[in-house]
Amino acid sequence: MEFAPYLFLATLEGAVTAAVLALTAVGLSLVFGVMRVVNVAHGEFFMLGAVLAWWVAHMLGGHPGLGFAAALLIAPLMVGLIAVAADMTVLKRIEYDPERTIVATIGILYIIQQVTLMTYGPDARPVEPPFNTRLAIPWFRFGEDGVELYWPWGLATTSYKLAVIGAAGVVLLCVWLLMARSRIGLLMRATQLDREMALAFAIPVERIYAIVFGLGAGLAALAAVLIVPISQAHYLMGGDPLLLSFIVVIIGGLGSLPGTVVAAILIGLSDGIISVFFSPTLAKILATLLVALVLVFRPQGLFGVRRA
Amino acid sequence: MSLLSTSGLSRHFAGLKAVEGVDFDLPEGQIRALIGPNGAGKTTFVGLLCGRIAPSAGRVIFGGRDISHLPAHRRINLGMAYTFQITSVFARLSVAENVALAARRRLRGRVRVDRAVRSALDRVGLGAFPRQDAGDLSYGHQRLLEIAMGLVQEPRLLILDEPTQGLADSEIADFKALIRDVSATATILLIEHNMSVVMETADMVTVMNFGRILAEGTPAEIHADPAVQTAYLGTG
Amino acid sequence: MSDTTRTMTLHVAVLAGLLALQFVLPAYHHGNLARVMVLASYAMGYNILFGYTGLLSLGHALFFAAGMYGMGLAVQHLGAGPLPALGAGLAAGVAVSAALGALALRTAGVAFMIVTLMFAQAGYLTVLYFGTWTRGDEGFVIAQAQRVLWGLDLSDPANRYFAALALFAACLLSVLWLVHSRFGRVLVAIRENEERTRMLGYDVFAHKLAAVILSGAMSALAGACYGLLFGYVGATFASVQYSIFPLLWVLLGGAGTVLGPLIGTLFMFYLIDLSSQVTTAYMLIAGVVLVALTLFAPQGLAGEVRARLWRWLP
Repeated sequence: MEFAPYLFLATLEGAVTAAVLALTAVGLSLVFGVMRVVNVAHGEFFMLGAVLAWWVAHMLGGHPGLGFAAALLIAPLMVGLIAVAADMTVLKRIEYDPERTIVATIGILYIIQQVTLMTYGPDARPVEPPFNTRLAIPWFRFGEDGVELYWPWGLATTSYKLAVIGAAGVVLLCVWLLMARSRIGLLMRATQLDREMALAFAIPVERIYAIVFGLGAGLAALAAVLIVPISQAHYLMGGDPLLLSFIVVIIGGLGSLPGTVVAAILIGLSDGIISVFFSPTLAKILATLLVALVLVFRPQGLFGVRRA
Repeated sequence: MSLLSTSGLSRHFAGLKAVEGVDFDLPEGQIRALIGPNGAGKTTFVGLLCGRIAPSAGRVIFGGRDISHLPAHRRINLGMAYTFQITSVFARLSVAENVALAARRRLRGRVRVDRAVRSALDRVGLGAFPRQDAGDLSYGHQRLLEIAMGLVQEPRLLILDEPTQGLADSEIADFKALIRDVSATATILLIEHNMSVVMETADMVTVMNFGRILAEGTPAEIHADPAVQTAYLGTG
Repeated sequence: MSDTTRTMTLHVAVLAGLLALQFVLPAYHHGNLARVMVLASYAMGYNILFGYTGLLSLGHALFFAAGMYGMGLAVQHLGAGPLPALGAGLAAGVAVSAALGALALRTAGVAFMIVTLMFAQAGYLTVLYFGTWTRGDEGFVIAQAQRVLWGLDLSDPANRYFAALALFAACLLSVLWLVHSRFGRVLVAIRENEERTRMLGYDVFAHKLAAVILSGAMSALAGACYGLLFGYVGATFASVQYSIFPLLWVLLGGAGTVLGPLIGTLFMFYLIDLSSQVTTAYMLIAGVVLVALTLFAPQGLAGEVRARLWRWLP
């Protein structure tokens, strides 16, 4: 394949990564923004979403579309409930102390991961996509008669991948509507701005926290359900999404949703493109160093505004 | 001779002029009280002096040296000591260790440190419980511990931010005597709300309002100043 | 008895006990204890920063691995003897911790935790990236011939045990000295109230940087000794898990106590050892212990002992 169509293909793959990453990272960012805690177990909620999707699809059998649709509803809901339970039994009791929360969520990370290993096992298992039509993409070149179209070999995507991008867009829009237009969103933003004031206005802060924690985990799980037909469900799959979400949330500015989405698109796309030119390991090294240096020198994120 | 002076010292927080163009001069050996209504910029001003807050403009001269750009710990090492408005002792360390931490920067050797600690605790009247956790002390005793931590540094300039807040009347009487005693060896800058302390201990009083110096003079002059009365004393 | 006498008696007794165990333990536990002592030295290095200075690092595997690879690569590619190789490991640890400290200490709290985590992750990936020299995940073995120090074969169990004990004792006594020194007390003051310490005239940044370097150096020395004594260098030791372990050990044993790291490492080592005979998911124990500790015993075992029984425990 020539260079330009190759780059286009990489961008398309990157867009799928970006879409899933945006969902996962928005979940992490929401939790950090409202609750001011870092959830290190976020990647495990992602993994749990994928594994539960496999369970649901496997139990239901029948047409792949049916299993997938059920997974799309059930997996995020269950993961959300698990997260709410973790919030109420652990995080609430340590009063959301930032440092102790990190230690506790590291513990939760291992518990979720290892329980999955004990029940689901060490294998990677696929979930069948509900639809998966191969779509060849035409390209153009300058021939003797001016511009002409042709179908380069290997330049193709699937209907499912396009659907993932679309679905992620719709969900993000819903999150935005929830935050900006709904009453619960208003309460969340009030809690985010000033916890003490929210308490004084009789906002049930603890319930808001539980909902936000569940919602954040649910978003990660949803992202995983979307991606699991393309990749596979495995008990160690939570590491990369966690790292990438960290990178996105930090570069986008801690707790800022629009910044997070922009950063997710940027990182997702460049991840696809960079790994075309560099080894994936080198790309990861550069990305982690970038995050660390951003936190050191621009803690408000690359797109954030420094607060006084 | 002037120990501390500032010229055009200013600090703005997002448009709010907390301290604006303050020219201030404190001669060696004086007890100076700094008064003013809440939000007048006293604590910010003192924070600028000892380097807790960076100035937006202006200079600070201490002992003839421009210290405007020195970090806080270097300023302290030049002979400033600062006690916090909100008590800020090491709550989980013993009373003696609190004072010893303040002493050790200047003194080497366990014997010398112990002696200095004991003498400082005795001076503020806390000699009875050196091994107790500082956090278990009553609020008034924690304030006295703060002062002991200031004293043991044997500073040239001792800055006390509302030291009598929360003290009982009998403790305040002791405090006045202590201040006079300390002023034999140190210059004192005192942010204070308690007027009886100001009137009885201060040589000079500086009044701040809206981030600027409103008036300066002896306690009697300040007490009689009509501008000060409207701005501050008028209600009280 | 004065507090100082009590302290010295207790710690000398612990060291003597460890020495005596050399002659009575069955081979399996004998080997384990040697391992525990080296890992506890790592935990003591971690404790200098976390327990005494109050800085929670999630990236100490970087220092452990710096020591291990500094030593291992010197042996493997430069043909260095054990002593110069240990020196190389220590130097690598000091260099890496100085660089990381200078950068990461510009942040605080949660940001500090994430920055250290990220740098350690970058370090781990770097080990994988340079697989030609480091042999990546697979790692490499330090041959027996290269593990002879002053005529002592360090692969021999008895010699290995003595070497591990020597390292452990050196670290223990260093930490004991540290907590009684002026420097150590300033670190504790920073942990308790950083702003107050600054306003007593101490250069907080310089002290914290020194603590990072000291902590990094001790961790690196432990890493170098681990590689040398057990003859293997691998990327696992640079992974996140090895950053979490010392946190776990220290939290369990008691942060800011001299003996806590040993107690925590010993407990956790045997917990994981026992559970890995039952299930492959042995890290479940680590997770449960972490959560339980944050919920019920944030002071750890030695910390609880200090709070309830022996107030003088350093």
